[in-house]
Amino acid sequence: MKRPRKKIVPVLGGRLEITVNVAGRGKPLLFLHSAGGYYWDDFLDSLADHYKVFVPHFPGTAPGRPNDIDQIDNLWDAVLAYDDLLDGLGLKKVRLMGHSFGGLLASELAAQRRKSIEKLVLIAPIGLWREDAPYTCADWCALGPGEIMDTLFYDKNHPLVVKRMTPPPGASAAANWQVNFIWTLGCTAKVIWPIPDKGLKKRIHRVTAPALVVWGENDKLIPPAYAQEFGRALPNAEVFMIPRCGHEPPLEQLDALRTKVTQFLAA
Amino acid sequence: MKIACFHLMPYRDLAPDFEKKYKSAWFSLPFDEVADAGRVSSYYNWTLDELIYAAQSGFDGVCTNEHHQNAYGFMVNPNMMGSVLARATRGKSTAIIQMGETAVFLNPPIRVAEEYAMLDCIAEGRLVAGFPVGLGGDFSYSYGMAPIEQRGRYYEAHDLIKRAWTSSEVFAWNGQYYQLPMVNIWPKPAQRPHPPIWVPGNASPSTWDFVIKHDYSYCYLTYFGAKGAGHMVNGYWNRAEELGRDRNPYRMGFLVPVGVAETDAQAEADYAHAAEYLYHKGLHLPEQLLAPPGHMTYSSLSHLITKRPFPPFEDLQRLKYREFNDRDYVVCGSIKNVTERLIDIVKTLRVGHLMILPQFGSLSHEKTIENIDRIAKNVLPHLRGMWDDEGWEDHWWPRAAVPQQARAAA
Repeated sequence: MKRPRKKIVPVLGGRLEITVNVAGRGKPLLFLHSAGGYYWDDFLDSLADHYKVFVPHFPGTAPGRPNDIDQIDNLWDAVLAYDDLLDGLGLKKVRLMGHSFGGLLASELAAQRRKSIEKLVLIAPIGLWREDAPYTCADWCALGPGEIMDTLFYDKNHPLVVKRMTPPPGASAAANWQVNFIWTLGCTAKVIWPIPDKGLKKRIHRVTAPALVVWGENDKLIPPAYAQEFGRALPNAEVFMIPRCGHEPPLEQLDALRTKVTQFLAA
Repeated sequence: MKIACFHLMPYRDLAPDFEKKYKSAWFSLPFDEVADAGRVSSYYNWTLDELIYAAQSGFDGVCTNEHHQNAYGFMVNPNMMGSVLARATRGKSTAIIQMGETAVFLNPPIRVAEEYAMLDCIAEGRLVAGFPVGLGGDFSYSYGMAPIEQRGRYYEAHDLIKRAWTSSEVFAWNGQYYQLPMVNIWPKPAQRPHPPIWVPGNASPSTWDFVIKHDYSYCYLTYFGAKGAGHMVNGYWNRAEELGRDRNPYRMGFLVPVGVAETDAQAEADYAHAAEYLYHKGLHLPEQLLAPPGHMTYSSLSHLITKRPFPPFEDLQRLKYREFNDRDYVVCGSIKNVTERLIDIVKTLRVGHLMILPQFGSLSHEKTIENIDRIAKNVLPHLRGMWDDEGWEDHWWPRAAVPQQARAAA
């Protein structure tokens, strides 16, 4: 497993610094994490075999900088912070990928910063709304520990799921892990509460990059019906459904996801 | 010493197996499955009758509070209750203590400035203006605002309301959360510049600092009893001292469910079911619903999870009446037993405003009236003179709510 190095990038006129994890060589790829926070997993590690992978912490979720979230009041602030981040990283052209909450941010950024985004990959993104498939921030913020496992995953006993969701050993480290997990949910919720339908439907037509929309067929958190919804709303999109998979394809169906995404990005 | 009668206005008739069938008594509980509007009509009227009876029986004040979408207590607009109480106690010296209408639940929050002012006028200057931060679940799950914004909105709403009460000029408000072109409330409160402010809280150090800085009175509302509260309350008094405030006991309020009977055994017979109902059913509330992610600041969250100053909420489900009573989560027993324990609580925590909850859980209207009667006749007289020997003045009590003879003596 590679060990990403940290890079601090000032954005929003210097009011905020974004902590970015960087690993790999090749053309740049920006990955925006889910509401669960930054986690360097096997999926990102394999992408870094082919690309220079940048994974920013959403403001407030970087270690030791919880109050950075005070600089972000709403979704528009967050999108502009990432727009500034592309400049700060010197990325004129980038492959952009986002998971769940990060999928919403990636969609918004692709609609805002059209010329810079070469390819867009959305893994179970939030941000659209269907009356027949409602979901709200309470669906993940109001879950107890046991319910989280049952809701997020198709197979909660999958080794990569267990590895991701097991707190580190030692009471103090485990408590800090729990604090950071809850705080990360709180920071990300700030710009999407209570329902993540914040107007993406009025902007998504602006996306010009070819897009791949990936969804676990057994996603119990964000209904898979939204795969088709994103597929229809994006001007140039392919939808890829993964069987035996919940809301976390990078953990639950690493091989299927990796193969498909690598092909799409290389094409 | 001031003693007020507090009420939660719970649903009193949940089924015996309620907590096994439902995930929570809060937010997600379907009204139509478990509740009956006819009974609710009785509850609201009993609640008003019980509070009015307490006022007539000699309690110094009556307290209402606000929560949403639950069976634990659903005075969704405490000012509706408060206005009835103000009118029903006209001519008496009863304080109308709103604990309170929660400003951050309303948009714009000057609605609270207006309603409190109106209520203070109806009450002819007997209002205590409670400024709760508000329960995280109420704010975010019921009322749809991001948990992480609650404290910021609270501070801003407070500043806006204070200015709305005290400014003689029409002003524009350009805040982070609220923008108003013309703030000019009608009426202004009967008490000028504004009614006394009490802040109920659950031992959050950031709330302490806010209360102490503004020289308000703090009310510690805990479900975990006076015995476990000593450490937290000491923290408050230490902080007050650090910030240069005196040890005036009227800076501190404390709420406790109380049940009085002829004997301790009779108290168990009368109140055990009601106490267990309160904790097992009313407080059937998973922690993640109580405080959604972001509700607590990073440092408060870190303190809560690494230090665990309270037992986990789920533990309440395992305890029985005797444990609740032994730990002072409730104070139930004979007149002598209850009186001694309340005196001890008041002294230990340095409480000037004691709030007694004589109706809790399933306790019937008749039993509640009997309880209020026993407390007023037999317990209150032993508490009332506490702190008199130290000579403190209660700066947080409405002048119009001081009895005539006491005013003359002063």
